[in-house]
This record gives sequence, C-alpha cells and structure tokens, in this order.
Amino acid sequence: MSDAHAHDHSGDHDHPAHLAHHFETPEQQMESGKLGMWVFLATEILMFGGLFCAYAVYRANNPDVFLFAHKALDTTWGAVNTIVLLASSFTMAWGVRAAQLGQKGILVTMLSLTLLGGAGFMVIKTIEYSSKWEHDLWVGGLNAFYQDSGTLLNPDEAEHTSQDYIEKKAGHKSDGHGHGHGEKSSAHTAANDHGAADAEHHDEEHAEPPTVVAESAAVSVVEVSTVVRPKPPAAGLVADLVENPHPNIEGAQNFYKGVGAVQAAHHGSHYPRFEELDAIDKDRTHIFFQIYFMMTGLHGIHVLVGMGLITWILVKSINNVFSPAYYTPVDLVGLYWHLVDLIWIFLFPLLYLIH
Amino acid sequence: MPHQHTHQETHHEKHAHHAVPLWLLIAVFGILMVLTLLTWAVTLVDFGYEINLMVAMAIALVKAAFVGLYFMHLRWDAPLNGFILVASLLFVTLFITFSLLDTGQTLDRTEAQSIRQSATQ
Repeated sequence: MSDAHAHDHSGDHDHPAHLAHHFETPEQQMESGKLGMWVFLATEILMFGGLFCAYAVYRANNPDVFLFAHKALDTTWGAVNTIVLLASSFTMAWGVRAAQLGQKGILVTMLSLTLLGGAGFMVIKTIEYSSKWEHDLWVGGLNAFYQDSGTLLNPDEAEHTSQDYIEKKAGHKSDGHGHGHGEKSSAHTAANDHGAADAEHHDEEHAEPPTVVAESAAVSVVEVSTVVRPKPPAAGLVADLVENPHPNIEGAQNFYKGVGAVQAAHHGSHYPRFEELDAIDKDRTHIFFQIYFMMTGLHGIHVLVGMGLITWILVKSINNVFSPAYYTPVDLVGLYWHLVDLIWIFLFPLLYLIH
Repeated sequence: MPHQHTHQETHHEKHAHHAVPLWLLIAVFGILMVLTLLTWAVTLVDFGYEINLMVAMAIALVKAAFVGLYFMHLRWDAPLNGFILVASLLFVTLFITFSLLDTGQTLDRTEAQSIRQSATQ
C-alpha cells in the first residue's frame, strides 16, 4: 500500500490507505474494480450458459419429459425461495446504499439480513433435495427413472416403472425402502412396489436379481443392433421424422414422433403421465433430474460462496473498514449476490413453472 | 468515460449520485415481488406450451432488467459494465441458438444413438 507515503496523509484524498499505488484516484480504483468484477460476472454467465444450453437442447427434444418430470419439483418451495432470494437482493442493495452513505448500523443489519436470506435459501434447498433423495429422484444411478429406463427396449419393465411416481411424490412412499438407493437391486425393488400398486399385468421378471437384468440388457443390445434405422427426413425438419415400427420393440411405433406432434398432443394444461410418454422420453426422464441438480447445484454453490463473501464484508464493516470513500468490496460482493439472484430468476420459471 | 475525472469534487458528487434512493429500492423490490407472483399466475392460464414459455421468459427478463439497472446500479454505472453484461448474454444466446439449430437437424440420429446407449447400460 502507500507505506512510502505514510507521512503524506494530511489530505484525506491524497493517498488514502485503501488506494493502491497504480491507481490515480480512489474513484479510478473503484471503477477498475467494478469493471473487473463485471468481466468476472460475464464469465459466470457464460459458465451457466452451458447449462442453460443443455437445458434448452434437452427440452426442445423432449418437451414431454419436462411436462411430466417438473411436477416432481415443489413449486411452493421454489416460489418461496424466489421471494427469499429477491428479498436478500433487496437487503444487499440497501446495504450497499448504507455503505455509500456511511450508515454503519444499517450496513451491518442489512448484511446480516442478506446472510440470513442466503441461509434460508440453502435450508429450503436442502428440504427440496432431501425430498428428492427420499423419492429416488437423485442424479445418475440414484434416480429411479434411470434404473428402470435401461429397460427402454423392454416395455414390460418400462410399464411398471412407477408410472405415477411423481403423482405420489407427496410422501406416499410408505413402503420403507429409503436405504440403499445406490444399489441397483434396491431401486429395482422400488419400481416393483410401485408397479404392484398399479396392479397392471406383472411377470416373473420383477423378482429377478440384478444380474439377470443385466443379462436381459445385454440381449437388448443385440436386438437394437438390428433396428432398422429410419431414413433421414427429406427436408431435414424435426417434424418430418418418420415412424419406425419395429416388431421386436413393443411400444416403439411412435418412437420417432416429431417434437411438434408431441407438443400438439399434450398442448395446454394436460400433463402427460409416465406411461403416456414416448419410449425415448421414458428413457430420458432421468436427465431432467440431472439437469435440475446440475443447475440448482451450481447455483447453490454460488449462494454458499456468496454467503462466505458476505460474512467477510460483514466482519470488515463491523471493524469500521468501510466509509463513503471506500466501500468497493461491499459493492462488488453485492454485484456477485445480485448475479446469483439473476440466475435464479431464470431457473425458477424454467425448472418449476413448466406449462 | 465519466470515471476518468480526477477532481475530488466529482468524486464526491459521484458517490452521492451512486447511492440509490431508498424509495426506489423499495419500489423495485415491490415490482420484483409482483412479477414473481405474475410469473406463477400465468402458469394457471393456458396460452399453449410455447407462449407460456415465452411469457415466463419475458417476465424473467423484465425482472433481470430491474435487478441489473437498479440493484446492480447499471443505470448510473459506466456504460462499459452494462455492455459486458449484454455481450455475455448475447454470446449465450448465440450459443443456445446454434445448438438448437444443430440438434434440430440431427434429432433422428441422436435418438438412435441414445437407444443404443441405453441398451448397453
């Protein structure tokens, strides 16, 4: 810092302690810091952009999956979290204002409230995540739809795949297999139980151990290699996708259904049930949860980082570090926190409010 | 650029100017709350799959604009900061648009691919 000029500190703006030597004025220093922060925020937007892109591509290709699977998410908690995060953004903005005006008491109060808002957001997120865990709706192999969707080419199993798992999400899972989600056998059993509830036609395959399931999957590989590949659509349009009836694959008649047709079929307020999904959509249902967890997870990590940063400037503000002449860290942490809020503003309708 | 000013008077003025009036912050917060309610309410109305999505995104964009302009001070900031934000959003839009164009063209092949993959799992 300005140790060499410490004796010059008669004028308050000559060389304040917070002014680094390579800046002419505190103002220039602050503007440079802000510019750097905005460049960083741009990289954050680009990083989330990758996930938004994955979302867009997946949703464009499988709109029915979104209509079906988003019902697993709790809209009420999502809305509450939106309000909590917006409120914490408001208190953060008020805190920056207080820092600019040198109102230390308000600054400390507002930073504390913002921190509280972040904590509240994470608590609600934890409630949501644990509910997903309880209902076998986690990522990868911990997702019931993932486990059973390996049976895409085996419609018998696909049918008993907890067809209305999601309708039952509100705590109907009383059969008490909340443990061992990681085991394929466990999730398989879970699916069987739900199939039993439906009392549809069942075959002895349900009782098969996982090894046998793996074998049948291996057999399916051979089958799929014989699938007649559809000829490419003449005009190259999605809507031109041809039907591909295949004798070996039951229910695959509408496998290559155009996206537009699917949307038209479920236009409006009708949300498809699981058994109404096309085979390809059944297969991809679990990906909705991958995307949900990746997007909200990365966002949640940002909330945690933001809370850490707010704690840092809270301690600094209690220690009287900031003044109307120097409040850049408050401003920049505020920008970060608002960006986290901005991303949630888009995540909420995209994930929770699909119509 | 306004931040090139070196006068201490300007510096003080700028700080005074930067502080957003409290009533404005409260008003923006109120607007954000109303828009949140609205984005939830429109899901109860059936405009069709695409229109509902577009309405939801339009509301989200308006909310984002309010947060950016007032909470993030972009309305009073150096224009370069806002430019960086808009530029990053433009590139994300470009990224998503071309990805969608591409996936629309190859949908049949990717689906066949996914069948094979799911069979091997």
